[in-house]
Amino acid sequence: MAKEPIKEELLQSISYKAPKTFWMDTPAQIKPGMFCWGAKAKSLNVVGMPNARDWNPLDEDWKLPENWQEILIEGLRERLDKYRSLRLFLDICVRCGACADKCHFYIGTGDPKNMPVVRGELMRSIYRKYFTTPGKVFGKLAGARELDLQVLKEWWTYFFQCTECRRCSVFCPYGIDHAEITIAGRELLNLLGLNIEWIQGPVSNCYMKGNHLGLEPQTIVSNVEFMVDDIETLTGIRINPTFNRKGAEILFVTPSGDLFADPGTYTCMGYLMLFHELGLDYTWSTYASEGGNFGFFTSNEMAKRLNSKIYAEAKRLGVKWILGGECGHMWRLVHQYMDTWNGPAGFLEVPKSPITGTVFDNAKSTKMTHIIEFTADLIKHGKLKLDPSRNDHLKVTFHDSCNTARGMGVFEEPRHVLKNICRNFYEMPRETIKEQTFCCGSGSGLNAGEDMELRLRGGLARANAVKYVHDKHGVNMLANICAIDRASLTTSMNYWVPGVTVAGVHELVANALVMTGEKKRETDLRGEPLPAPEDQTSVSARAVAQPEGEKAGGEANV
Amino acid sequence: MKALLPFLAVVFLVLLVIAGVKAAGLYFIFGVLVPYAAAAAFLLGFVYRVVKWGKTPVPFHIPTTCGQQKSLSWIKPNGIENPSGTGGVVIRMLLEVLLFRSLFKNRKTKMKGEYLVYGWAPWLWLAGMAFHWSFLLIVIRHLRFFFQSVPAAVQSLEHLDSILNWGVPALYITDVIFLVAVTYLFLRRVTLSQMKAISLPADFFPLFLLLGIGTSGVLMRYQTRVDVVGVKELVMGLVSLHPSVVSGIGTIFYVHLFLISALFAYFPWSKLVHAGGVFLSPTRNLSNNSRVARHVNPWSYPVKVHTYEEYEDDFREKMKMAGVPVERE
Ligand code: HEM
Ligand code: SF4
Ligand code: SF4
Repeated sequence: MAKEPIKEELLQSISYKAPKTFWMDTPAQIKPGMFCWGAKAKSLNVVGMPNARDWNPLDEDWKLPENWQEILIEGLRERLDKYRSLRLFLDICVRCGACADKCHFYIGTGDPKNMPVVRGELMRSIYRKYFTTPGKVFGKLAGARELDLQVLKEWWTYFFQCTECRRCSVFCPYGIDHAEITIAGRELLNLLGLNIEWIQGPVSNCYMKGNHLGLEPQTIVSNVEFMVDDIETLTGIRINPTFNRKGAEILFVTPSGDLFADPGTYTCMGYLMLFHELGLDYTWSTYASEGGNFGFFTSNEMAKRLNSKIYAEAKRLGVKWILGGECGHMWRLVHQYMDTWNGPAGFLEVPKSPITGTVFDNAKSTKMTHIIEFTADLIKHGKLKLDPSRNDHLKVTFHDSCNTARGMGVFEEPRHVLKNICRNFYEMPRETIKEQTFCCGSGSGLNAGEDMELRLRGGLARANAVKYVHDKHGVNMLANICAIDRASLTTSMNYWVPGVTVAGVHELVANALVMTGEKKRETDLRGEPLPAPEDQTSVSARAVAQPEGEKAGGEANV
Repeated sequence: MKALLPFLAVVFLVLLVIAGVKAAGLYFIFGVLVPYAAAAAFLLGFVYRVVKWGKTPVPFHIPTTCGQQKSLSWIKPNGIENPSGTGGVVIRMLLEVLLFRSLFKNRKTKMKGEYLVYGWAPWLWLAGMAFHWSFLLIVIRHLRFFFQSVPAAVQSLEHLDSILNWGVPALYITDVIFLVAVTYLFLRRVTLSQMKAISLPADFFPLFLLLGIGTSGVLMRYQTRVDVVGVKELVMGLVSLHPSVVSGIGTIFYVHLFLISALFAYFPWSKLVHAGGVFLSPTRNLSNNSRVARHVNPWSYPVKVHTYEEYEDDFREKMKMAGVPVERE
């Protein structure tokens, strides 16, 4: 892991005043702490990506194929004809500058090339040169330039300094989404074997073993067993989750990070406890054991190849519908891509909560429901016995993940859940939440160790808003619904706002969840002592969440 | 540099037309041929661009959602910022096109003490609205030259526009707004640090053209008077496809006409095509219904996957040891 920069120095190094030299005349610098290692031949070969070789971004020579320019130009041509977004966004930007200071990487670096508009220009200048008449005729005057090695290195540097968060597209008068440019840019770089290992490694793992972390089936089972043991210690209740079970009603898919390291594991314990309490007829899968998809940060085709496992497994197991755990990019893909890639899922049924009877019509075609929709519905119908006082030691704020925010619009569901499971909830400033939310700084496969300075810089905008509510209200818990957030925000908080911990919403749900037959809880899921020792008789007298108005639709299964 | 060359280019265009008309008397070229050529370039180019975009597939359903989704019945969705149907999309697009709604959200990011703050920054939005709307109204006012008897709507617009009744002839409010707005759009590009960093010659050229058009128009109306009857005769000739050279209109009119021709001819081949492109933007013009209705990718193709059978072959023994059911023992 790269050495952490000193906080004051980092802050002082940020200036929003642009340097005198024009960005086109400023070669990109590949600086330690600001980039990720190149993809290894081994990882590329597993999935048959072209031009596999070991290479070092710091070397002068990237061992490129002879005809690399031709590959890129032809690759760009192909994508211009396949994606209206790409062609249109390259054509219509007026450089009004509205997006310039909306990117967390610009905010954290002050580097003009991290202004979304310039990120677009990196590719647009090449597009002009090779695909438009004015660019061919007038060259630099028309903002066009030759594709040379310097440009290639610049692309590589800055398309791996964009987390595809789409914040820029909220403010652009034409909705120009630089994630689309970055996605295309990374696909093109991948034609030359120029992925980063932090993405390529998980991709090949996921392809062969079913998940990014490369957890083999027996490891998945034993990791879950560990959590089951911890839950037993905490509650006295023994849970028996099943794996690859045919005939279950629901297939549950979540990012593998939740199975691996805290704080994700606490969220995972939350799922286990909730499903047990509901008596849900569900199964885990070791084959489709990854909700996330680093393939999406590689190429559209790679993303589709990895995503295919979810429907394939649902079909093999004969489940009725799919429930998805807390994750950001996983959900953008489930919501906006999965059905198109690997559907139609006619073999599944429209998701229906067996507890409340609610039919999730909003997932009528894709047949996959977000757990936060599922849980919000449970709480609304009063199906959970909750003791929010068990979260009284927490002052909570909520981080909207980029993908569920700007690629779905999941805003009120998590807030409804949070307000029912904890009693101290504070929003961050309006310009930093919901559709305007800031990236954690480490999305789209940039959550490696060697690019720590980049991640901390990229995380500044989010962290600064947390700092605001931390200073003002004493917020000490940053809740979220994303596996990458859980890991990366923990790092970011330790650096920028010490004293704030990070948790998935379902960890907090499980803290508050009063389970049938549980023993008196001494601690929360993390083993931290509960605020005021609980005596079971007072639980029902406490703020046990009441059903709100509406009648429950179906039979309680508890 | 980035502003100077486009400025010189526009000056060159002005000198060219003055020389052509005044010195060489090329009235037919500048009064008839150039406007026709410009109109053709504009129409053909614009259609070409829009058709090209239209024919490029939208493989995935990628609206940028800026409000609550439609999910559970008791959560109020934001039907405009996150439309779930066509009606919402139409409203969202109308708000974008007529009111520049996204641009209105613009905030300026600053570090203030320990905190990042996002200050109110409506100026680009205001100048953008002022420029586009005044431009549109001015174009509509110009329709008086295109009809034998001036349509009533155009007459009332002229009346409204000059309602201040300042000077003779009465000042048009849109003229002032247009020139002020375009001047502001120019000034921000040469003064704001971030704008200086991103602006290209291609950003200045249309601004100088617009300033040239506006200035020549204003001069014609308030200073160097031209023969308006002659102008109408010329324009009517052009639109009725019976063009004729009308003498004695005044050189400044040809400057105006030539710069307009240049703007229109330039339009489809430059960033100005945003006017058509905005309607086709897939992050704005799609409803957020991709889990309700399947979006089809026309170029979708089968891909190589790692099947469950292959996976089980790799891990069968380990699965059995861990008590995970397998298909084949
Ligand atoms: C429909 C939605 C539209 C939006 C949101 C929009 C927005 C913008 C913006 C933000 C600028 C940049 C100003 C600058 O910083 O320079 C601009 C410039 C311009 N637009 Fe539009 N526009 C739209 C439609 C149109 C239409 C219909 C026309 C047709 C005549 C048009 C013509 C122009 C021109 C001539 C410029 C000035 C050139 C320049 O600034 O470089 N726009 N527009
Ligand atoms: S906001 Fe849109 S049009 Fe304006 S500079 Fe950014 S990408 Fe270009
Ligand atoms: S998608 Fe996000 S990270 Fe990428 S340019 Fe836009 S704001 Fe920056």
